[in-house]
Amino acid sequence: MLKKTLLLVVLVALVALGFGAVSAQEGVTELTIWWAEWDPANFLQQIGNEYAEETGITVNVVQTPWGEFYNRVAAEWAARGNAFDMVVGDSQWLGQAVTEGHYLNLTDFLVGEGIADTVTPATLQYYGEYPSGSGQYYAYPTEGDADGWAYRKDLFEDPDNMAAFEAAYGYPLAVPETWEQLRDIAEFFTHPDEGLYGVGVYTQIDYDAITMGYENTMFSYGGNWWEGEDYNVLGIVNSPENVAALELYAQLYDFAPPGTNNAFFAEMNDVFINGQAAMIMNYFAFFPALANPEINPYAETTGYFANPAGPDGQRFAALGGQGTSVNAYISEERQAAAIDFLRWFAQEENQARWGELGGYTCNSNVLESEEFLSVAPFNPAFAETMTFVKDFFNIPEFGSLLPITQNYLHGFIVGGEGTAQEALDNMAAEMDEVLAEAGYGA
Amino acid sequence: MSQATTGAAAPQVTPYRAAGRRHLSDRQILLLFILPTMILLICMNLIPLIYSLFLSFTEYSVISGTPPAWVGLDNYTQILTSADFWANFATTGRFAILSVVLETAVGFGLALLLRYKFRGSGIITTLILVPMMLSPIVVATFWKLIFNPSYGIFNYLIGFTNPNTAPEWLGRSDLAMWAIVIVDTWMWSPFVMLLCLAGLSAIPDYLYEAASIDRASAWFQFRRITLPQVMPLLLIAVLFRTIEAFKQFDLVMGLTGGGLGTETVSVRLYRLAFQGQFDTGMSSALAYIILVVIIAISNLLIRALNRVREG
Repeated sequence: MLKKTLLLVVLVALVALGFGAVSAQEGVTELTIWWAEWDPANFLQQIGNEYAEETGITVNVVQTPWGEFYNRVAAEWAARGNAFDMVVGDSQWLGQAVTEGHYLNLTDFLVGEGIADTVTPATLQYYGEYPSGSGQYYAYPTEGDADGWAYRKDLFEDPDNMAAFEAAYGYPLAVPETWEQLRDIAEFFTHPDEGLYGVGVYTQIDYDAITMGYENTMFSYGGNWWEGEDYNVLGIVNSPENVAALELYAQLYDFAPPGTNNAFFAEMNDVFINGQAAMIMNYFAFFPALANPEINPYAETTGYFANPAGPDGQRFAALGGQGTSVNAYISEERQAAAIDFLRWFAQEENQARWGELGGYTCNSNVLESEEFLSVAPFNPAFAETMTFVKDFFNIPEFGSLLPITQNYLHGFIVGGEGTAQEALDNMAAEMDEVLAEAGYGA
Repeated sequence: MSQATTGAAAPQVTPYRAAGRRHLSDRQILLLFILPTMILLICMNLIPLIYSLFLSFTEYSVISGTPPAWVGLDNYTQILTSADFWANFATTGRFAILSVVLETAVGFGLALLLRYKFRGSGIITTLILVPMMLSPIVVATFWKLIFNPSYGIFNYLIGFTNPNTAPEWLGRSDLAMWAIVIVDTWMWSPFVMLLCLAGLSAIPDYLYEAASIDRASAWFQFRRITLPQVMPLLLIAVLFRTIEAFKQFDLVMGLTGGGLGTETVSVRLYRLAFQGQFDTGMSSALAYIILVVIIAISNLLIRALNRVREG
């Protein structure tokens, strides 16, 4: 009996000591960041590993396929969950995340510590600010990105191709300066009998790809999604500029490799690497694979260019990229640890390292540096593109608006349903319904 | 001494325990075994079912942080008067009819072919069953490659040897639905075959022997013996496949993403409930409408099944 009592006392003491030991380690020892599954997330993991070496705090970057990324984050928001400390989220999410209280307000940290001044104004506005012009920031601009183009220089610089193109179109074959020229070049290089097609463009219906792809032509053609503070879409979404832009985008799809009817970044790189496309549209973040000779057999002869101009000379590119936000539902201690990481990450030397690894820094000084411009063949086109980016709706209703644009764009571009005017008229009417129901323009 | 102690203590404890056990009737023991399952079912199925029924009468988004607001029948009215939702139901119905008819025909045909044992019939039957054991999303990913007009084998097998003129199955509105039906048929015909084989093997040989003695033709034997005998199992296969077809989601998302007129009602439900929209109230209403439709169709099939059994 005595033995049993002693054993019990020892056990209780051990358990108490154990709990004491746990409670003594109250400091945060690891941070979890959620991001989509792509190369920049791997680069961020490398940065996180370097942070761990310096501070002892492990950083885990958890990656989710793009098609499911928003759903996973939204499900966590729904549960008011703390599965992640930080999320590198799309700019469109800001309105919803802020108004529903999922993101921590970082204004004091970003503005108070002067970090806001270290990044380019466009990235701070699109990735971090909500509402627009409010001066309230909820994300640190992390991965600046936009759509650009990769092309086969070996095909463009081939003397026979150059002569044939000039004879057919009346101007020299070169990097296109207008969308019309891009269409001509796509047509010229489309030779199904040789397995070669002119251009690869986004068509995926799952999330936002086809909308982002179309935005490149839409903004450059002088079109827009809405007008005014009450987000009027009627006559804007279905404006003549937008109709012309959509028709051009659909023409580009006519010169796309077969099988790219539900295509996003992976399919774009695939058709380029396997020699099916002379040019492809893609976010700059996906170009590192094309510059790697072990992946892309045409790496040495792959060139990159920024979006061409519309009929009136306007140049715009669909904004990609994300900012890092802190989860509002984690403990204050974890929030402080997350902000510590962002403070460290925002330092210029770490942003330079981020750029060196392949991340697209938003730090102004690093972006302008010779080191950044020369570190990758596509960086000059990226730096040029980041001067004319534009974004989709970032209001809380974006989630209801996006399926409408996706369905009508995919139906017309891929399915050939109706005309561009009909598709955009229907799109405008449905978007107007959603916005009116949400109280805009009331 | 110790024996005496044990002997003295035993009568005090054992009768009490024994009496305790005796108090449990068979019914109580039955309930005791059922209780864990009942609790699980109530917590995991019944409560969410009732809660989602309540939500279907509210305007509510699960991620909004605001409580559900009662809107009565608004969600149901909106769904039932929306041309878009009817289009989704029509797409689902078209898919269900095409796929179930093809699966029944192919599955029953395969069962007739494999009915009699021959050398290697076991391994062939097993191989035919492989598709239904695969994950639908894996199947969809493979078939996307198979349908690819440039390097996929499907067009080649059906005679389109020139990739330039070959149809783009997943890129045309008129073919996308057929592509999904083909994949679903490939995947689930073996299931129908399996049930039909079970039915065929249960038909007594003497029925065919008697028919042969009476000089009945093969067609007569099929119509009057094989078909009626297999019918109950065939209808069960049709019932299962119809219910599954109405819930079709994975293959559609994997093959077309719901584009080109292939957005089934389940895909619409997913988009409404999760993807970007998180319209929990409306999606709950749609889920209940789907539930009612499935129950109604199942009822019709079960009645048909009962008629076959009785008749």
